[in-house]
Amino acid sequence: MARPTHLQTDPGFAVYVHWPFCLSKCPYCDFNSHVRSEPIDEKRFVNAIVTELAHRASLTKGRVLRSVYFGGGTPSLMKASSVSAILEACTKLWRHAPDVEVTLEANPSSVEAGRFRDYRKAGVNRVSIGVQSFNDADLKMLGRLHTVAEANAALDVAASVFDRFSFDLIYARPQQSVKSWRAELKTALNRAGDHLSLYQLTIEPDTIFERLFRAGKLKLPDGDTGRAFWDTTQELTEAAGLPAYEVSNHARPGAESRHNLIYWRYGEYVGVGPGAHGRISTPAGRRAMATERHPEMWLTVVEADRQALVEDEILSSEEQGDEFLLMGLRLAEGIEPARFEAVAGRRLDPERIASLLAEGMVELTPAGRLRVSAEGFPVLDAVVADLAA
Amino acid sequence: MVRLENIRNFSIIAHIDHGKSTLADRLIQVTGGLPEREMVEQVLDSMEIERERGITIKAQTVRLEYRAKNGETYVLNLMDTPGHVDFAYEVSRSLAACEGSLLVVDASQGVEAQTLANVYHALDAGHEIVPVLNKIDLPAAEPDRIKQQIEDVIGLEASDALLISAKTGLGVEDVLEAIVHRLPAPKGTQTEPLKALLVDSWYDPYLGVVVLVRIVDGTMKKHQRILMMGTKAHYEIDRIGVFRPKMQEVEELGPGEIGFITAQIKEVADTRVGDTITDEKRPCAAALPGFKPAQQVVFCGLFPVDAADFEDLRAAMGKLRLNDASFSFEMESSAALGFGFRCGFLGLLHLEIIEERLEREFNLDLIATAPSVIYRIILRSGETINLHNPVDMPDPTRIEQIEEPWIRATILTPDEYLGAVLKLCQDRRGVQVDLNYVGARAMAIYDLPLNEVVFDFYDRLKSISRGYASFDYAITDYRAGDLVKMSILVNGEPVDALSMLVHRDRAETRGRAMVEKLKELIPPHLFQIPVQAAIGGKIIARETVRALRKDVTAKCYGGDATRKRKLLEKQKAGKKRMRQFGKVEIPQEAFIAALKMDS
Repeated sequence: MARPTHLQTDPGFAVYVHWPFCLSKCPYCDFNSHVRSEPIDEKRFVNAIVTELAHRASLTKGRVLRSVYFGGGTPSLMKASSVSAILEACTKLWRHAPDVEVTLEANPSSVEAGRFRDYRKAGVNRVSIGVQSFNDADLKMLGRLHTVAEANAALDVAASVFDRFSFDLIYARPQQSVKSWRAELKTALNRAGDHLSLYQLTIEPDTIFERLFRAGKLKLPDGDTGRAFWDTTQELTEAAGLPAYEVSNHARPGAESRHNLIYWRYGEYVGVGPGAHGRISTPAGRRAMATERHPEMWLTVVEADRQALVEDEILSSEEQGDEFLLMGLRLAEGIEPARFEAVAGRRLDPERIASLLAEGMVELTPAGRLRVSAEGFPVLDAVVADLAA
Repeated sequence: MVRLENIRNFSIIAHIDHGKSTLADRLIQVTGGLPEREMVEQVLDSMEIERERGITIKAQTVRLEYRAKNGETYVLNLMDTPGHVDFAYEVSRSLAACEGSLLVVDASQGVEAQTLANVYHALDAGHEIVPVLNKIDLPAAEPDRIKQQIEDVIGLEASDALLISAKTGLGVEDVLEAIVHRLPAPKGTQTEPLKALLVDSWYDPYLGVVVLVRIVDGTMKKHQRILMMGTKAHYEIDRIGVFRPKMQEVEELGPGEIGFITAQIKEVADTRVGDTITDEKRPCAAALPGFKPAQQVVFCGLFPVDAADFEDLRAAMGKLRLNDASFSFEMESSAALGFGFRCGFLGLLHLEIIEERLEREFNLDLIATAPSVIYRIILRSGETINLHNPVDMPDPTRIEQIEEPWIRATILTPDEYLGAVLKLCQDRRGVQVDLNYVGARAMAIYDLPLNEVVFDFYDRLKSISRGYASFDYAITDYRAGDLVKMSILVNGEPVDALSMLVHRDRAETRGRAMVEKLKELIPPHLFQIPVQAAIGGKIIARETVRALRKDVTAKCYGGDATRKRKLLEKQKAGKKRMRQFGKVEIPQEAFIAALKMDS
């Protein structure tokens, strides 16, 4: 795996904006997304998002904004003017870095690709497109509304409009062979800009796929096949110069998602919109926040109370330590043990590290960072559980 | 005090389900021992488990008053006795307190192995025996065939056997008459110094230790100072009485009578069953012969599933032991199972009952390790060690010879299952001593190593004979055997709770079964884990738990941190419940499952 050369001790500060609406619900998706038969009152939602931003700004005075991320849901259903209003509010509320990254998640339909230019005018400088597959039958199976042709067209638009773009694929799909994935990934790499997100299909709780899985109607690859998919993915992306810098994220060195790096480096972020999460540092410890998930409920509460937090607590040092490991070890660059100690208030168990080193699951860099090895990444959850225990 | 010639002391010998407790109930009812409204079924089986399983564990006694047809009133003391082989020693002491027995046989089922053994015990004790055929009202009853069987198998005259139905009450009056006229009165001299047999003792939460006594000579009174001849302990009787079946205090007990005393005795362990009780100032010349103390033959470790329950388990065992001196426990610690106790039992049923009482009456969740017998290890140095925990086995190079206990088993089975029964005995290293037929039933006598029997012999026997075969055994002797300690190694580390002594010829089969099971039970780790069965340095079976291949969350962003952290917390809590063997973490459930397979 590749490691960004510009390691930062201060991971920075970011804003996450959640747009919870979709045209249809995908059967694998467990994100906070909602389908509405009637048009929503977009202006009211945007105003409420701006209201919540002001609330979060009051908690994060003096922070320098490094990234704004529009996620969902389907934020590419938003009007460019809405995106513009939210970004304007951000500029007023926080100072921002000169190279601030503004990402918007988009679906590759022709209508949405048609908005790319306007999004750029509004201030978006990076899109992340939900391609998911280069196979029409599988797109259908995944519940996607677009075709491969539309995806290709959207990628063309993105490449011409934005300096930076990324797209997502889901692999190890039911019926998919490692061989066909190899071919599909080659196609994808030919189409890629400087960033790719490649997710092995996971059955998430309370999804249609989970129901099918339980009923035995959906088969996932076994451990060995899952590993073969993984190995193939690493092999091809590295050869193409897009190695993994995180479990499922690949980039040309320097082109990593700055926004997501803030999460994994355990930086500060605030989330606005329904079901958005945040983590900020306070003198008492790290503060974890989350908002009401239901869109209309969230709207009503924000209009009345200026914010709709349903979770707001200071994490214990053990909880902070767990989150730090959980997030940080996903990165190829690994973690700084001294920072873990500062966050968790305890040392990593030297015996466990020694045993994981002996098993070849982790490595210590000359600079003293602890990182998961190529052998360790496919079994990262077990490695993290070992270190956290 | 009752005149000797008006006393009859008797016990009832019967197989489980042949109607002993029902007959006892009926005798109590007919003689008016209990008002109608206080009658429950199996009056004498006071423990919950006894009623549920339909078995008698502790000997009980009841004093009945019966006005016979000759106009005389008799005192009839019924000693109810356990039927199961584990409690054979309780049977023998009950028999020692009586002069006669009723042999109750199901009129359709016939004689069973345990009945046989108990009849022989009764004959040894010099009893007169009255055969009684029960369940005569059932269509399947074949009194003539069963009478013939009693004569053939036991060699007991059965032409005048009583035909009754304890359930309907038919013939119960005849039973009472037969007790009076066919069983002898006890002998004894009132003027002699006190000589009484300590038949049994138990702990009563209100009265303390209650001692069941049978007076042979002399009299016993309240406030009398007594001497236990065996333990040399002195006490003053503070209560004396009889069971009718409720406790009823009396002034004194004379020769031939059976009753109870209390004397400020703290625990059951302070009394020795079979001891002779005499007068402190005027002792008798010689003690009664007494009986062999109860022998613990089966051992196993009992561990709390939740380590936090250890102290509760200790307290519960202490309480049970107050009442049952025949089981023992001492602390033991196991790397696999944590802190627990090594316990000794009279047999497998006894083990099961104690385990069940601990779980039920004290609300504990327990793991029992595979049962073991007592091995006699003769060292090259000439020293002999009694070993009941494979973990304590000395280094094989120091061992000259290992001896194991053997039993003589009597098995009665319908002919159609004989083949399977014989095969089971052969498979368990049995040596046939005798085989003959009793009507349509075969009687096989086998010598078997007890260690083969404590595993699942009884269950297997019941299952291959559809429950029709019956089984009884007595420990006979110790014999040298080619026994080896089989260890189970996980990732090269021996797992103490799973090691066992086995016969060399059976080791590989047992070892293979165990490692195959463990392979399924141990979750995959970051590395592959060899699971081996070994005798000394030699591996006899091996399996491998493959390393984890793929286990990584695909998506984890800012909004996932809380949920993923909660999953991690759960995982960490799960790891805390696991037992650590070197680098391998094994869930406790895996041990429970592995041990289940084996017992």
